Amino acid sequence: MSSAQFEIQLIASFVAIACAIPGTFLVLRKMAMISDAISHSILPGIVVGFFITQDLNSPLLILLAAVTGVITEVLVEYIQKTGLVKEDTAIGLVFPVLFSIGVIMIAKNANDVHLDIDAVLLGELAFAPFDRLFVSGVDIGPKSLWIIGSILIVTLVLLYAFFKELKLSTFDKGLAASLGFSPAIIHYGLMSISSITTVGAFDAVGAILVVALMIAPPASAYLLTKDLKKMLLLSACFGVFCAISGYWLAHWLDASIAGSITTMLGLLFLLVYLFAPSKGVIAVLYREKQQRTEVSLLTFLLHLKNHDEASERHVNHLNEHINWQKVRSKTVLDLALKNNMIEIENQVVSLTPKGDEFTTQAIDYIITNEDAQIEDMKEDFFLFRG
Amino acid sequence: MIKNELLIELTEYIELVINDYTLRTITLGTAILGAVTGMLGSFAVLRKQSLLGDAISHAALPGIAIAFLITGAKDSNTLLLGALVSGLLGTFWIRGIITKTHLKSDTALGLILSLFFGFGMLLLTFIQKQPNANQAGLDKYLFGQAATLVESDVWMMAIVTGVCLFVLLLFWKEFKILLFDKDYAKTLGFNTKTIDILITSFIVLAIVLGLQTVGVVLMSAMLLAPAAAARQWTNSLSKMVLLAAVFGAFSGVFGTAISASQNNLSTGPVIVIVAAVFVFVSFVFSPSRGLLFKQIRFIKNRRDLQLHKTLAFMYHIAETHDNISHPHEIKILNNFQGYTKSTLKNLVEKNYVTIEGTTWSLTQKGFNSAANLYNQLSKKDE
Repeated sequence: MSSAQFEIQLIASFVAIACAIPGTFLVLRKMAMISDAISHSILPGIVVGFFITQDLNSPLLILLAAVTGVITEVLVEYIQKTGLVKEDTAIGLVFPVLFSIGVIMIAKNANDVHLDIDAVLLGELAFAPFDRLFVSGVDIGPKSLWIIGSILIVTLVLLYAFFKELKLSTFDKGLAASLGFSPAIIHYGLMSISSITTVGAFDAVGAILVVALMIAPPASAYLLTKDLKKMLLLSACFGVFCAISGYWLAHWLDASIAGSITTMLGLLFLLVYLFAPSKGVIAVLYREKQQRTEVSLLTFLLHLKNHDEASERHVNHLNEHINWQKVRSKTVLDLALKNNMIEIENQVVSLTPKGDEFTTQAIDYIITNEDAQIEDMKEDFFLFRG
Repeated sequence: MIKNELLIELTEYIELVINDYTLRTITLGTAILGAVTGMLGSFAVLRKQSLLGDAISHAALPGIAIAFLITGAKDSNTLLLGALVSGLLGTFWIRGIITKTHLKSDTALGLILSLFFGFGMLLLTFIQKQPNANQAGLDKYLFGQAATLVESDVWMMAIVTGVCLFVLLLFWKEFKILLFDKDYAKTLGFNTKTIDILITSFIVLAIVLGLQTVGVVLMSAMLLAPAAAARQWTNSLSKMVLLAAVFGAFSGVFGTAISASQNNLSTGPVIVIVAAVFVFVSFVFSPSRGLLFKQIRFIKNRRDLQLHKTLAFMYHIAETHDNISHPHEIKILNNFQGYTKSTLKNLVEKNYVTIEGTTWSLTQKGFNSAANLYNQLSKKDE
């Protein structure tokens, strides 16, 4: 591994952590699409800054772009407030317009400007180590490493300093406001940090990767934990993991690093989405199936309790009476048998004392409208779940 | 003079559009595209799926790249088919995320958008490194290049628009009821899931059509802007769809004209900006919802209220006298909050009050209307 390779991975990891922190809050506050809007609409800010400074790494550029980001947010909120269109439409209207203005500005001055829209949107991490920062003639590392490093440090300091304010205003806006934390300041603070991170990272990794790094790791982490601190930590780890593995994927395929990192993020999210222990799709589908069987079981037991006559409780009759398919009836019967809720004599089903007790309690809960309690009851009665 | 020159230029431009193959193709293409996206965009906006367009257009990118990798040809129809498949895949994954997990719709949209786009970029850069001379120009799908439109593309758009229109008219009442009262539609026995999938598929189709012209990044604006503008002018769905189609088509035509008359202006962004101008004008000048008239109504209401307040105040003074037209000093009004000189003038104009020197007196008409002031209000409320 050469030093350039190491530096690229370091920059990518820094970007990943710097994005994961504001990203977590954006995901939790249901503002994820704002990051996408900002990443597009900072383009005119960057272009104007570039006209003035002729340098893609100047701090003025970052400042102007961050201002454009905040302007985007203000515009979106203004349009929302007029009530003429819904919030999502407001976002969808504002950023393409700003982006178009940026594109046109670049196109009109194409002869004087060496600024490529592709580069802004996609970035080229591979070139990042070649743009180095010199302090009094000494090479102290790539410029982008310093930029994203300082943004990361500022973000971490702010996170540490305002953690409880952020946490509170994210989960209970009303309480935060009544305790005297201005929601507006926290909101715009978060927006500014997101804009600055987006801008600081765009030159190295491009606007799209920034969005991916802001949303994908926190979204994956959110499926695995409910604890804010764990979520922050987990998304930072996911981000760094994808950044490094993505780099090697790009190295192997000889393709865009930003694209590979995003692909790794996509794979990671897909894995978590499918296999997350309690919130993944497979777990959810399994639980839904279990619930369905158990509800059927309950219906079946209630039916048994209501009918004493043997004809109503005959195995074949149940099939047609409750209108279940054969397989389903068999599953339910087997489950009931396994849990000692019923016994079958001469094809006639009857409740055992345990089944009777379970059903009586369930009826109590149902008529007092406390259906949720049945879930707890299942823990006590079931040896096997559906 | 200037007007004449403009007219001449305009006729020249129209002649050019009719005679010049490229310009004619592009103008027709963008107009059709604007119409179909405006039409379907109305549904996206009303269903609160505005950002879905953004996500889908980004999600279409890997499909284009994969279609190219498989066929090795740059035939725009196969590429668009790939885009359609991957756009639909993205849409259904978004739906899966929203229904099966506790992640919210904005997160789902952002995820699919960035992840698919990133994957598409990976594939595009991978293709660029391949030893195949044919690969150049795939990146036109990023920002769109209306100039690459050929007649067959326009025919394709026209056919798709025709199909959309046909299906829209065929299932009009199903779409409408699904839009405004989904639960009711369900109880009536409509298969809401199928209708939902149908309309979402058509939105995806419209987006994919536009990729070549305005590109992945700006496609969402084409979907939203005409619909958002049309929404301001009417409350009827059919009128809104029609208006949105008209706005979209005009954005396409004007955008093409502006970008053709200048050097170095790509068509996509210009169309978006023209559409945004439509939105801006609609937001400000729409008679019933527009900001301007809303403000005017607001001021007018405030004036009316002040006038009524002053009249009521006078009425209570006049009430205590036997002769209601007994003159009073204007000065005593000064302490009253709602009183201004213009309200007094208005009252005089309405013949509610007469002024002599520094005194005012209520007329019989003014007295009667003041006495009925609150009655009228309560009657109106009923």
